[in-house]
Amino acid sequence: MSAVQEAAAEAPAIEAVPKRAMTLGIGTSLAILALLLLVPLFVKNFIIFQLTMLLIYALAVLALNILTGGSGQFSLGQSAFYAVGAYTSAILMEHANMNYALTLPIAGLICFAFGFAFGQPALRLSGVYLALATFALATAMPQLLKLGFFEHWTGGVQGLVVTKPDAPFGLPMSQDMWLYYFTLAITIGIYIASVNLLRSRSGRAFMAIRDNEIAASAMGVDVALYKTLAFGVSAGITGVAGGLGAIAVQFVAPDGYTILLSIALFLGMVVGGVGWLPGSIVGSAFIIFVPNIAEGISKGLSGAVFGVLLFLVIFLVPHGARQVAMIAQQLIGKLRN
Amino acid sequence: MELFTNQVLAGIATGAIYACMALAVVMIYQAIDHLNFAQGEMAMFSTFISWQMMQWGVPYWGAFILTLALSFAGGIVIERLLFKPLAKAPILTNVAGFIALYGIINSFAGLIWDFTIKQYPTPFGSSPFLGSQLISTHQAGMIGVTVLLLIGLYLFFQFTRIGLAMRAAAALPESARLVGINTSWMIALGWGMAAAIGSIAGMLIAPVVFLEPNMMLGVLIYGFAAAVLGGLTSPLGAVVGGFLVGVFENLAGTYIPVVGNELKLPIALALIITVLVVKPAGLFGRPIVKRV
Repeated sequence: MSAVQEAAAEAPAIEAVPKRAMTLGIGTSLAILALLLLVPLFVKNFIIFQLTMLLIYALAVLALNILTGGSGQFSLGQSAFYAVGAYTSAILMEHANMNYALTLPIAGLICFAFGFAFGQPALRLSGVYLALATFALATAMPQLLKLGFFEHWTGGVQGLVVTKPDAPFGLPMSQDMWLYYFTLAITIGIYIASVNLLRSRSGRAFMAIRDNEIAASAMGVDVALYKTLAFGVSAGITGVAGGLGAIAVQFVAPDGYTILLSIALFLGMVVGGVGWLPGSIVGSAFIIFVPNIAEGISKGLSGAVFGVLLFLVIFLVPHGARQVAMIAQQLIGKLRN
Repeated sequence: MELFTNQVLAGIATGAIYACMALAVVMIYQAIDHLNFAQGEMAMFSTFISWQMMQWGVPYWGAFILTLALSFAGGIVIERLLFKPLAKAPILTNVAGFIALYGIINSFAGLIWDFTIKQYPTPFGSSPFLGSQLISTHQAGMIGVTVLLLIGLYLFFQFTRIGLAMRAAAALPESARLVGINTSWMIALGWGMAAAIGSIAGMLIAPVVFLEPNMMLGVLIYGFAAAVLGGLTSPLGAVVGGFLVGVFENLAGTYIPVVGNELKLPIALALIITVLVVKPAGLFGRPIVKRV
């Protein structure tokens, strides 16, 4: 009897986010899109590169958001999926001389399969157990990549160097700028697909599972299928982000994909607001620019800054950027009246 | 056969450390139903504090005891300041809190003491134990200290009022409050003890893995594996799991050809997932019943 009581009193995995609160209105979306399209025309190549990374991490955070905000499952193992995607792209490009654009769907598919397979045991786990299993996955991944057995393909500890693609059709564009627009196109595509996914029957099933698993299964939702599916989709998107990351950074190495990357992505999701898809880009900006500033002050400081800010977010604005955006909206509304 | 005995004994020695970590994890899990992902970093930070004291000329055992006291206080402070306000928050918020703590401690240790690898002294020496080639004195010391600790904890929980109160608070918080137990402080006490136990694990393993800010990551993963194997709801299970995992790790490293040092973490991962899939409650844990 005591066990039942405890389970009933258990805190929810995450707070429920209504479906409408997950996206932005059309006007705001178009404004942001215009901004993303125009900014690179006026800045230096290095900043364009950083903006590319911003989009790539935004994709990875978005993937985590679908998993956690959508289906209520945790993952501290996103760096592992990101690494698999990055290595898939890098190996296909360098060993099989494949076109970079073609490697991305393959990276996505492989990661989808990997995530789906990893989601199988994850089905039986919930909450902290899932966080634990994925935490172990993320810490184990660099060692797996360094393994002598795969060294011929992965380059072992040294990693692989990836060549950066030129702009096609003789477009008068630098490599960085081309890659930026290429990434932007993919990001927009995946964002729209994700929004539609969450609005679809599958999305409603995810949210039903998130809010009450047992009730969802009683309503006829195939809990096992949708939980693994959420894992697979999340891993697949992360894999595409990883592949893009490998192309943008021009280098893959095991130590680039440690648990710290997972922590950063998790942080990005919390800062952006769990379950609020547009928040992904806010979270991504946070995890790219904050370490730059922190490392500028002292080497090794970024972990501490991340941690302190994360606590501040938890205590002050538990809903992250979504909450800030809503407060801003209300203020603007008041000013108008 | 000698190699086998040797590896089993070495496994028991590292298993003692895993048992401590697992015990620390389970104590916090019992108290607040969350896994402390920062447990390893807390232990690492304690170990650095003891190292710093020794640099200032405090003798080993003096530093050991002082570090225990400081870690205990530190654990309580962390609970009071950071995690008590999160008691009713969703799981996600708590996981985020632990991750944040991990980042903060890891980063600060690197800032204060640098990321270079340091030697850490052992009070036991590293000569063969009692003239036997099977085990070194440090390994014997690791086992000895852990066994003393476990006996002490057992006596504490079985025969003192406060130990009984802590068990009551973990088992049925509501009823414990009704009979006048201050459950909130029992949780803080659990945190303090977990921090102190973790610091013992850190100080004992430091001569083996060397002192640096990331030294406890592998140990923590094995501690988790041990806790999961024994069952997260059972302190006894955590200890048994720790020794089993230690022995398993050493034997796998010796007898399975592909598995060397480079596969230590993937083995722990495989172990965790296998246990969670086959027997989620662990060897000694009680299964959780769910309802709407």
